[in-house]
Amino acid sequence: MLKYDLVVIGGGPAGLAAALKAKELGVDKILILERSTTLGGILRQCIHTGFGLHHFGEELSGPEYAYRFIKDVEKTDIEIKVDTMVTDILTGNTVIATNNVDGLMEIQATAIILAMGCRERPRGALEIPGSRASGIMTAGTAQKYVNIEGYMPGKKIVILGSGDIGLIMARRMTLEGAKVEMVCELMPYSGGLTRNIVQCLDDLNIPLKLSCTVIQTHGIERLEGVTIANVDENRKPIPGTEQYIECDTLMLSVGLIPENELTRNAGIMIDPITGGAIVDENRQTSRPGIFACGNVLQVHDLVDYVTQESYTAGEGAAKYIQTKAKNRRPKYIPVCPEGGARYVVPQNISSDADSDVKLYFRVRDVYKNGRITVTNGDTVLYSKKKPKLTPGEMEYVTVKVEDIKKLDKKLPIIVKVEG
Amino acid sequence: MQYDVAVIGAGVCGAMITRELSKLELQVVMLEKYNDVAMGTSKANSAIVHAGFDAENGTLKAKLNVQGASLMAYYCNKLNVPYKNIGSLVVAYSWEDMQTLDILFERGFQNGVPNMEIISKEKLKAMEPHISDTAIGALWAPTAGIVSPYELAIAATENAIMNGARVMRNSGVFDIEYKNDMFFISTAKGVIKAKYIINCAGVFADKIAGMIGDESFKIIPRKGEYYLLDKIEGNMVNHVLFQCPSKMGKGILVSPTVHGNVLMGPTAIDLDFDSKLDLDTTIDGLNTIKQEIHAVIPELTTRNAITSFAGLRAHLEGDECDFIIRPSEKNEHFINLAGIESPGLTAAPAIARYVGEMFCEMAPEYTKKENFISRRPAPVRVRELSLEERKKLIEKDKRYGRVVCRCEGITEGEIVDAITAPCGARDVDGVKRRTRAGMGRCQAGFCGAKVVELLARELDVPMNQITKHGDNSKIVFKKTK
Repeated sequence: MLKYDLVVIGGGPAGLAAALKAKELGVDKILILERSTTLGGILRQCIHTGFGLHHFGEELSGPEYAYRFIKDVEKTDIEIKVDTMVTDILTGNTVIATNNVDGLMEIQATAIILAMGCRERPRGALEIPGSRASGIMTAGTAQKYVNIEGYMPGKKIVILGSGDIGLIMARRMTLEGAKVEMVCELMPYSGGLTRNIVQCLDDLNIPLKLSCTVIQTHGIERLEGVTIANVDENRKPIPGTEQYIECDTLMLSVGLIPENELTRNAGIMIDPITGGAIVDENRQTSRPGIFACGNVLQVHDLVDYVTQESYTAGEGAAKYIQTKAKNRRPKYIPVCPEGGARYVVPQNISSDADSDVKLYFRVRDVYKNGRITVTNGDTVLYSKKKPKLTPGEMEYVTVKVEDIKKLDKKLPIIVKVEG
Repeated sequence: MQYDVAVIGAGVCGAMITRELSKLELQVVMLEKYNDVAMGTSKANSAIVHAGFDAENGTLKAKLNVQGASLMAYYCNKLNVPYKNIGSLVVAYSWEDMQTLDILFERGFQNGVPNMEIISKEKLKAMEPHISDTAIGALWAPTAGIVSPYELAIAATENAIMNGARVMRNSGVFDIEYKNDMFFISTAKGVIKAKYIINCAGVFADKIAGMIGDESFKIIPRKGEYYLLDKIEGNMVNHVLFQCPSKMGKGILVSPTVHGNVLMGPTAIDLDFDSKLDLDTTIDGLNTIKQEIHAVIPELTTRNAITSFAGLRAHLEGDECDFIIRPSEKNEHFINLAGIESPGLTAAPAIARYVGEMFCEMAPEYTKKENFISRRPAPVRVRELSLEERKKLIEKDKRYGRVVCRCEGITEGEIVDAITAPCGARDVDGVKRRTRAGMGRCQAGFCGAKVVELLARELDVPMNQITKHGDNSKIVFKKTK
């Protein structure tokens, strides 16, 4: 049995930042387990720029952003095992992992940080009728083929869903010489960042069709075309608006799902809205000593926020390991979304939190001049109007430590958004 | 190349018959038009072992169904194919339905189905806690079960190859000529000579028979659509749940699969004769399944759907409802299997024996092999091993330590085994059917590209030669600059 103070599952931006922070705070034996053959996670295939504006104040590509952390990790004695899959987290924080060098490992950890990231919603989950032709893939898979493997995954492309990966791939495939016919979005607004819509679609004259979806795929061997249709306010296709679009590839960018199979099997409580673990301000889950950060906790749109959140988790894990806070069960004040707020992370704040706490949330709909309020009983902790709130962009508000001290611990903290 | 027997079609019947014939001292070849075996009805059906109360008394179908159901456990054990004897329930919602159950019971009894029982609402509820409160009783048939149909075909094929059979894929038959007591079979891979032909071409059996002038039957492709749900829903249903049968078949069923998912379907829509490649799912079909299953298990939704798919049943045109398994009137050395729709999968082991016996009577010159290998070794399934067993296995071969498909826990070792096996996988779907890599909830989002890489490496071709399911179903095109 191997023994570590901290085992970090996932060597993407979240895992790297969390491990670095824990190391910086003096945690001794740290191990990062990564299922790919190299560190960096999904950033490795994100060769476009736009990363790091908040965190580094510069515009970096995905691999550059990741490399800054990889370089820093390499300077430490943090141990790394790549090409290694964690298959189980057993009771007593024992991690089971396998690879083709060490074989099957049983690793005893004082604390564990979950940083497995997320995956894309697949075609089956969308229930698009039609054939089983090849050429239907998620935008991320297509991105891997073109940026990592060096192969063109399509020539004439329709993209369903205007999530950021879909938008980025519209530009990427166009630059590689493919024809991107259109991006169809079921909702009346895009789920992607505004800057991506401008830079990836508008600048290249790729049409974005809102309130529109793919209702049938065609072709037996390779995809030959799709039928699209406009949808009504209930997102149901409107008869008579069907249109056949010839294409050999349908790329899907219709949402990301935190990859929480391990978490669920470990009996950790999951928030049904985020699809990630329920955590406190230290990003500790319902199982003591197990923390979560990054896209496995909640899907982020900016890696900069992933880094911040992972520092928090790294700090939390360090504190846990060093103060042997194992038996300490803090009293939690729940944080609840209301009105236009869909969810809030963290879902709990310890009543004895000793620093400011940032509450991250997303809205349900597009709000112009929406008001964000944070209350605890009759006490208003925060209230401000914002010119624009959209589901595609994560928001946060800060609750000051002095306010936390004054909270009515019997009442929840409510984060509310109103139009 | 000259053979004694050519089996046309590598579905579950073709494969089981080829294995049966490989018990004899003869040269047998199985010709398959697709890039893999089990590409027709065998890969997209309800995966049910039927007890045998549906077929009319006295029919060949009834006999082979009941025999097949009792043989399935034996064959699945020999061939190491997933099979579970979970039993089936035909659920009644009205007194008319209860009367139908009586008819089914009586018919089953006459057919020789053992241990059936008509059970009360209370017992039904105890066996299926999630079933609708509107159910009032059921017909319980404990000999029914579930099986992995394509794995049965793959395993039978592998076992036949171990016993000297030859399998030719991408070898669609487009013409057959008979001269000097010999069939000259024109295939996409050249002319094959054989003394006997066994026509197991499923929905295309009429086309193959037509090549020797036999137009005694026509096959209508009857489409059935299905939903496959995530293993999360696995505890919602414990047995095969049928509704009371109608003219178009056994209605929409819901059942666990041998791998722990939930399967619901099929619909039944007759297509044109020339639509034998139409495997499209449809909005209407998928909606029908949702509605009908809602009546059976109200809590079961498609929120956790992994995929939907369609299969074609080989339905005989006209009033004939029995299996056709007999020598053609046009040529006695040409055995037709036609109309092998449900319970064809269940009957497959019995069909193989039946055809074997028929062949031995027809061609007594072929003697039994002395060294027939009846067992197909179990493929390594890492996810089914204990920690200790896994440890030992990985020490022997490190590739079993490298997990490629996270959802189903499939390792590089298992994928390489699937590719290098006799009649190994040549495309992404072939790997999926043999190992379950890509069959999980992420639908190959993570392992897809890795499987393509492994196929390219093991088959020693560039990645852009690898297909999803043969022909032109390429995954990627040219290299980027």
